[in-house]
Amino acid sequence: MNELLLLMKSELVITVIIFGLLFIKVGKGMSNDRLLPIIQLSLLANLIIGFFFNTEGNLFGDMFYTSPLIAFEKNILNLGVYLIALLNTDWLKKTANLAEFFLLMLSALLGMFCLISSGNLLIFYLALELATIPIAALANFDLDKKSSSEGAMKMILSSAFSSGILLFGISLIYGVTGTISFNELPLLADGSTLYTLAFIFLFSAFAFKLSIVPFHFWTADVYEGSPIAVTSFLSVISKGAIAFILLTVLYKVFLPLQQVWYLLLMILAAATMLVGNLFAMRQQNMKRFLAFSSIAQVGFILVGVSNGTEMGISSVIYFVLIYLFSNLAAFGVIAVISENTHKENINDYKGLYQTNPFLSWILALALFSLAGVPPTAGFFGKLFLLTAGGAKANFGFMIFATLNMIVSLYYYLRVTRAIFMDKNEKPIATIKTSAPVKLAMIICAAGIVLVGLMGWIFDYIQTLH
Amino acid sequence: MNVLLFLGLPLLTALAVLLSRSKQQVRVIALIGSLLQIVLALLLLFAFRAERAGNNTAQFLFEQQYPLIQSLNIHFHFGVDGISVSMILLTALVVVAGVLVSWNVEKMTKEFYFLLLLLALGAYGFFISLNLFILFFFLEISVIPKYLLIGIWGSGKKEYCANKLVLMLMFGSALILVGMLGLYFIGGHEFDLVNLSQIIIEPARQTILFPLLFVGFGVFTALFPLHTWVPDGHSSAPTAGSMFLAGISMKLGGYGCLRVAIYLLPEGAKQYADIIILLSSIAILYGAFVTMMQRDLKYINAYSSISHVGFSLLAMGMLTQTAITGALMQMISHGLMTALFFAVIGMIYDRTHTRMVDEMGGLMKVMPFITTVLFIVGLCSLGLPGLSGFVAEMTVFVGSWQNDDLFHRIATIAAAMSIVVTAVYILRAVTRTAMGPITNSDFAELKDAHWNEKWAAIILLAGIISIGIAPGWLNDLLAPGAEIISNRIAGK
Repeated sequence: MNELLLLMKSELVITVIIFGLLFIKVGKGMSNDRLLPIIQLSLLANLIIGFFFNTEGNLFGDMFYTSPLIAFEKNILNLGVYLIALLNTDWLKKTANLAEFFLLMLSALLGMFCLISSGNLLIFYLALELATIPIAALANFDLDKKSSSEGAMKMILSSAFSSGILLFGISLIYGVTGTISFNELPLLADGSTLYTLAFIFLFSAFAFKLSIVPFHFWTADVYEGSPIAVTSFLSVISKGAIAFILLTVLYKVFLPLQQVWYLLLMILAAATMLVGNLFAMRQQNMKRFLAFSSIAQVGFILVGVSNGTEMGISSVIYFVLIYLFSNLAAFGVIAVISENTHKENINDYKGLYQTNPFLSWILALALFSLAGVPPTAGFFGKLFLLTAGGAKANFGFMIFATLNMIVSLYYYLRVTRAIFMDKNEKPIATIKTSAPVKLAMIICAAGIVLVGLMGWIFDYIQTLH
Repeated sequence: MNVLLFLGLPLLTALAVLLSRSKQQVRVIALIGSLLQIVLALLLLFAFRAERAGNNTAQFLFEQQYPLIQSLNIHFHFGVDGISVSMILLTALVVVAGVLVSWNVEKMTKEFYFLLLLLALGAYGFFISLNLFILFFFLEISVIPKYLLIGIWGSGKKEYCANKLVLMLMFGSALILVGMLGLYFIGGHEFDLVNLSQIIIEPARQTILFPLLFVGFGVFTALFPLHTWVPDGHSSAPTAGSMFLAGISMKLGGYGCLRVAIYLLPEGAKQYADIIILLSSIAILYGAFVTMMQRDLKYINAYSSISHVGFSLLAMGMLTQTAITGALMQMISHGLMTALFFAVIGMIYDRTHTRMVDEMGGLMKVMPFITTVLFIVGLCSLGLPGLSGFVAEMTVFVGSWQNDDLFHRIATIAAAMSIVVTAVYILRAVTRTAMGPITNSDFAELKDAHWNEKWAAIILLAGIISIGIAPGWLNDLLAPGAEIISNRIAGK
């Protein structure tokens, strides 16, 4: 019993919060002004608890596995959810169904935790569904917006489709090996064509969730239609969780197929970076813009994943941590501006620096970090991904990846140019940001500036293996 | 002497600038900070000379090491040799002059000085780093300040030029990054410059890595045909921005070419030396001829920069010790000269509101100080003995002539001939601006230089003249470093 409590600590805390919210909702209810601080505080408590009592162990006959490294990954996700709750304070206070919003979001988070910890394809599938379906409901949260429903519809249909492919892959794997346990699969892999085919089906489910090209078509519409809190959850937390489990699946379960997936990752990484970057250049809506840029970022993550050793794991986790700060900061600024002025177009941001210097600096820092320009942490993140990817000394591919960094810099500069340089007769009026939002933005900014320079963080991740 | 002071001081100054309340306070703090930088740089020079006089023959002095990321073997490793000391001196002089000439910037003064100091920080950090990773980090720190300085405070097509400059420089960085990672893996997970220099890298690998690193750093120092950001970037930047770009940032590239590409990959350098010579000869002649066609003073200086920096790249391709010393001298001389040139152009533009040579005339009568400085700097540019340009170019030619085959001789002669062209465009521009009758009656009322502009000019002139009259001290600083590099090339 004690072991169960200890190993499933993160999941249990989230479950407790979910039930607490349910009771509040079913009972007398509470005004948003009172409920929101309670939620924020409980998420903070959840984040803090996550740092203690982390041990390694299995549960339920290898179905559930956790280790300090996995606990660290969960902490990153916890941090992200806490920051999202802070950054979207303005919007959350106004929404009619605050409790439901967090019920859904935390259910998805619970699904992701189980996903990262899964030790078996069955749990893997169940957790993936748990992590997906609530998000589809969340995407539909702007009930009076048509594009929101459209985005949700697109998401649920295409995720159902990818689940089907995933299940097909799993059944093929079971047919070939007779097992679904992560521990037994690498021993029983026979390298037959059928097994490789099964792997490719399985991988395409990942590709869909991570919006890897050519499975990325749902991304932009869903991002644009959803409320910004959901968009940031999708682009950071969801992507992060899937990237983490992708590491486990590739490095542990499909290690015998390394030849296959190394090549696959190279091709997909190149295509994802290129397509994401080329489409991001043409966007006018900030949310769509970040959607495509996040596709390109995923391409970069794949470069690190291709490494195949502990260095690959560390660099991806480190990058996700930095990406979380940068992307959430960018979405935070967009959320504040959109909530106050309903403007989401890049041209509306012209002359922002004149009226909102604080927001401008945060957004600029975030974008420079996403572009990977020093001294921001994004530079270190990208560099370590490249270091991991370059271990096989594939010069041509490295040059291609770094050239893509320049292309991405080009479109990030478009936004900074609008903010700092372009003139505007009627810039966005000065916006008063509330204290929690400011706090979260400062946390993000501190993360962007400091995480890179504090090298021990990377060393710490390396020691967790 | 603790070289980390060169990071701490600009950083503290920049933070103090951010916290200050009025524009006047910002200026005074920046000025005090940059004057302290000169003091520090001079202290470093004396401390360095004292150590060398005390027979301390270590390649790098005042070394310090701190771990940054142990699992990847990345360390902060700082230290200086004669080359870095002279580059730091150059940086300190240009920074203080840049702060002085920007005294009248009224638009977002605080941000302006903050970014200037950040640029200075990047340059100091670059010159004291002995770890490739840290070196690259400091090289890149200056990208954001450059972009914002040009884009916000610039003139003309500033947004386009800022974009172009940043994207081209990032292209260079991308090449450096790949080359650097290549060295990291070949050298057995090593970024440290000193350790890497002790590893023997197969020539076949050097063939791949050398162009990546040399061209990458070459973009920063206007290697032909990747020089196109120079005229646009320099002409649209604010005065201090142009001074920093041409005076300091372009030198980062040259220093990197020499210290990283040629020093670590001598076999690669030998293989590509002829191509470097060819490209830089083209740059020298092309830059000079294009300058003849320019009418805008800033464009004149920007294109002539391409030509002048070409001398330093040409000398690097010659691979002899004298030539490498000459390359370094040319870098320092050009840094001082071009910074002063841009400063003077800025002063003239502030008064006449034009940079077109044809629209000016007779300025000598109304602003004698400014035009005198313009004359001196023009003469330095065309290599008048007694000024730094002559010393540097002479050393370059002597070093180049030491290679006695036809190809090197022709390249040297072609480069030397460009000085005639330089004389033509410099004299024409200067005389049209300064001599003759005052063509525009509005100019008759103009004031001569203010105190801040005078001091900026005097500080840079002091550097130019002290090199021109007594080049020995600079040679003493640079030659040992150049010798180590040329010995490595010769395989000793």
